[in-house]
Formats: sequence, C-alpha cells, structure tokens
Amino acid sequence: MTRRSDPTTRQTLGRPPAVLVVPATIAAALLVLPLVALVLDTPWSTFLEQLGSEPVLEALRLTAVASGATVVACIVLGTPLAWLLARVDFRGRAILRAAVAVPLVLPPVVAGVALVTALGRNGLVGPLLRDGGITLPYTTGAVVIAHTFVSMPFYVLSVEGAMRSSGERFDVVAASLGATRWTTFRRVTLPLAMPGILAGSVLAWARSLGEFGATITFAGNYPGTTQTMPSLIYTTLQGDPALARTLSMILLLASVVILAALRNRWLTTP
Amino acid sequence: MTRPVTRPVTGLEAQIHVPDRLDATITAPPGSVVAVIGPNGAGKTTLLRALAGLVEMTGHVTVDTESWTDPPRLVRERHLGFVFQDRSLFPHLTALANVAFGLQSRRTPRRAAEQVAQGWLDRFAIGHLAKRLPGELSGGQAQRVAIARALASDPQLLLLDEPFAGLDVGVATGLRIELARHLADYRGVTLLVTHDAIDALTLADRVLVVDEGRVAQSGSPQEVAARPLTEHVARLVGLNVIRDGEGEGEGEGQTYRSFTPSSVTVSVHRPEGSARHQWHGPIASVAPHGDAVRLLVATQEPTRQELLADVTPGAATELGLTPGREVWLSVKETAVQTYAADRPR
Repeated sequence: MTRRSDPTTRQTLGRPPAVLVVPATIAAALLVLPLVALVLDTPWSTFLEQLGSEPVLEALRLTAVASGATVVACIVLGTPLAWLLARVDFRGRAILRAAVAVPLVLPPVVAGVALVTALGRNGLVGPLLRDGGITLPYTTGAVVIAHTFVSMPFYVLSVEGAMRSSGERFDVVAASLGATRWTTFRRVTLPLAMPGILAGSVLAWARSLGEFGATITFAGNYPGTTQTMPSLIYTTLQGDPALARTLSMILLLASVVILAALRNRWLTTP
Repeated sequence: MTRPVTRPVTGLEAQIHVPDRLDATITAPPGSVVAVIGPNGAGKTTLLRALAGLVEMTGHVTVDTESWTDPPRLVRERHLGFVFQDRSLFPHLTALANVAFGLQSRRTPRRAAEQVAQGWLDRFAIGHLAKRLPGELSGGQAQRVAIARALASDPQLLLLDEPFAGLDVGVATGLRIELARHLADYRGVTLLVTHDAIDALTLADRVLVVDEGRVAQSGSPQEVAARPLTEHVARLVGLNVIRDGEGEGEGEGQTYRSFTPSSVTVSVHRPEGSARHQWHGPIASVAPHGDAVRLLVATQEPTRQELLADVTPGAATELGLTPGREVWLSVKETAVQTYAADRPR
C-alpha cells in the first residue's frame, strides 16, 4: 500500500534539500539504533532457556493477566464513558473530557503517587475499602488498577472519536423507528464504533504491557503478585544486564506484533 | 408502544411554531398525501422535523386524536416513519435488518419482524436484495429500502424528505409510480417534501407551499399549479407570476397575473401597445427548453423580478439574444390570467 511519487514529479521538483535530509537521517538513526543494538546484543543462544525460567514465566503470566484484565476493564467501563462524552450534553462535559485525557500526559510515577493518595492504606478512600475488607496496595488488583488508570484515556478517546465520527444522525434514525437509547446503543452506535473499539483496545493493551512507573509506585515489585515484565527488567538490569536484554527483547517482539496488527490502521499514509 | 387495532383514524392537525424558522398550521385527513414545496431554506425540512419531535417547537401536534405534544412525546414514542434526505440506512445492517429494525424496536420478535420486512422488500421488488448491505445497493434500491423501512411498522404519520433527490431521472420516475401505489394503500397521513412539480401533481392530493417560514398557499395541486401565489411555484410549473397590489404580505387586495413563457413576445426595441403588460431588462440566461429557447429576463422597475420567455431558436439567433442583451417583453391581455389570493389557509 505504499505509494511512490511519480518519477517525473521527482525529476521536475529536483533533489530533496540537505537541510531536511540531514535532520531526518539523524532522527531515523536515533529511533532505529537502540533497537538494532538490542537485537544484536541479545544472547540468542540462551534466549529460550531464559525465557523458560521461573521468574520470567511468572512475570510474563502476570503481565498477560494484568494487560488482559486492563483491556476488559477499559471495554466494560470505558465504552459507556466514551458514549457519555460523545452523545450526552451535560454540564461539565468539556471539563470531564479534559480530566479523562490528563493521564495521557501525566508522568507515570505521578499517577502512582496519586493512586496511593486515593486508594492507599491511609488514602482518601483507602480506609473505607479496608473497612469493607478490601486492601488494594501491593496486590495484583492494584496492578490492574494502575494499568487501567494509565490505559483508559487511550481507549476512551479512541472510542469517543469513533462514536463522534459515526455521527448522531443514525441515533436520530433509530429513534424515529421507535428504538430506545439502549437499543440504539446496542444495535447501532456500538457496531458502528467497532473499529474505534478495536483500535482503543490494542492501544490500551500496549500501554498496559509497558506500564512501569505507576505500577511500581502503587503496587510495588513483588515477584508473583505485582512484578510485571517491565518491573522485572528494571530489577534484573542492576545485577544481570544480559538477562535484562533478553527480557527486553521479549517485550520488543510483543510490541512489534502490536505494530503489525495496527499496520493497516495507522501506518499507511492516506 | 402498542396501539389498539381499532385506533381512531382522524388524520393530522398541527400548529407549529419554531422560533425564527417556521410558523405553520396544517390539517390533513387520513390517507391524504400532502406535498410540501418551497424554496431552499423555506422551512420544509423544519416542518417535518418538528412533527417528528426533532426540533423544539411550541404549538401542538395531534395525530389520530392523540396529542403528541401535550404531554410531549419523545421521537421514539411518536409512531411515525421518516425517510431522511440522505436515506440514512444503517450501513452495518442488511436491507432486511434495516427494514425489520422498527418492528424489532417495538418488540416484535426478530423472526416475525424479518418476515414482515421481507414482505415489504418483496412489495418493492427488491426481495432478492434482502441480504445486501446498503453499500452494495444502487441509489434507487437504497431509497426503496428506506421507504420500506419507514412503512414497515405501519406508522400513523409518514414523512418523506425529498425521496427522489439524487436519483437518476428514470429511476425517480419508476420509484414515483411505485410510491404512488403504496401511498394509495396507506391509511395514515403522508407529508412529502419535494422540489419537483411532478411529485406534487402525481403523488399529492394537497399542496402546501412554504415560503420564508410561512404557509404561502395551500390547495389542490391543480389549483396551486394554475394560480400560483409565489414566484417559486410559478417557476416549478413553468409560469410567470406577477404580484400586484400594495404591501408585502398576502393580505386582501393582492392580485396576481400569470402567463406562460410561450405567450411572451420578445423584441429588441420598445414595442407599441399597452404598457401594463410590458417589461424591460437585460437577459440573465439563455437555455434550450424543448424545441424552444427559454430566456430568463431580469426586468427592471416596477416589477423587478425575473420573467421567463420562450422564443424560437431562429428568432434567438436573428435578434442576437445573448445574456446581457437589453430586451422588451410584452404579453397580450388575452394571454394573462388575473386572480386574487384566497385567504391563506
């Protein structure tokens, strides 16, 4: 699906100027070089063996569980929120939309601190939860909450965009045919927003896969319960850089798979 | 919303006020088809949307003795069929599912709804396209689906917003004939917004002329076509109409003169004779019209409106009738029909 410019145009417009080509080359090198280095330096001979080791499998399992649960939480909770933002005119909608987007730009470690402040043992609602028999910090549940906090904005904005572009006109048509808002949502809005839901899910999953700052701050770094792959890589890097490279390679491969899945959506020029 | 089978069928009675957009009173007996015509932006679509409950309005809407406005009913609680200008078929649903949608929304089980829907598709001779998605249908087929969808749940009020817009002439003609057949069987009131005089003359038994947010004229299609009160309708039916008398509104004392473009004599010099039926101005456009050449002349004081005149191609060439050329138009007294406005209903 790559489009090459017409050769005659290339000839008539002349050579690309150095003032653009040089910075472009530097940018490309900056992006590509670390990944090439990682691939070259990965101890491939021991790759499979290390992949099968107990702590790595634990971390992989936890990462898969956490990112899976995050996507489910995003779909179940984020889809209605996206609908509300796209379809219901209420006071403070603009403010809510801005608030929803904040975690996109929030440094993850700040997100972790904020979560501790709200849900920690002595946090805003933490004591209430504890009275109810729920202790969140340093549990796998906390990992999922941290991941959902940072991933949800990607999901909600993607789905809201899809719902907006499919437009309210079909809602009007459905209403003229006697459909309730719930029926309309279920039979019209949701199916039409499906591309946005898929894209949002993949984005949320990718964000969750790499989550480190908020997780380690809010959930800690305990093998088996809260140690996800990024946390394990961070821990391993201190003592065994070679192993850290292997683990990083695993995540890089996962990222490349995501990229391949998204290729048709974002990586083709219109 | 389940309606008793023996609902009283009394038709439509509505008085609609949409601030800055529309002021209209409309009554229509059951089974009638009302063509709503008027220039772009006159308020035709607003009228339909107000009846459907899609725009804020004051006044009242009563359909078959049920008030739709007191207490106000939501769109989905009004039993209506709306064919939107852009058709708006659900792009992800098959033709069959589109037509069945209204029945399913009103709690008909899927299987039964699809049976009824298939029946409607068959009646429009597109039964074999039931499994197609809207994107796989031609314009005429999609419009049939849209009309079938609106009719499938047996609405009390059928609103058609330019149902033939954007269709090829041949396709539109065929669909017009089919629609006429279905409307003949339909017990509810139909409102049909159209830009085409043919629609009004062939489908409607009443015409409502909307202009600048008001009902400018209403009556039978023949009446309105023979004695148009607005320039827009005069153009639609190919007549020239000149409003005489004082003031702007359609008050008492307004008289109208109408005459056909072919009765107009065009000359390049001031003609002899009565000045009453004589106008002067530059030609605005020249276009072929059947065997003739139709001129649009922007006349000057006191009429200051555009008049149509048909001349033979030979005369057009001989007199050098090109846009910008100053000409005099005149009509014989015997070719002019003079009438007064009825009280606007």
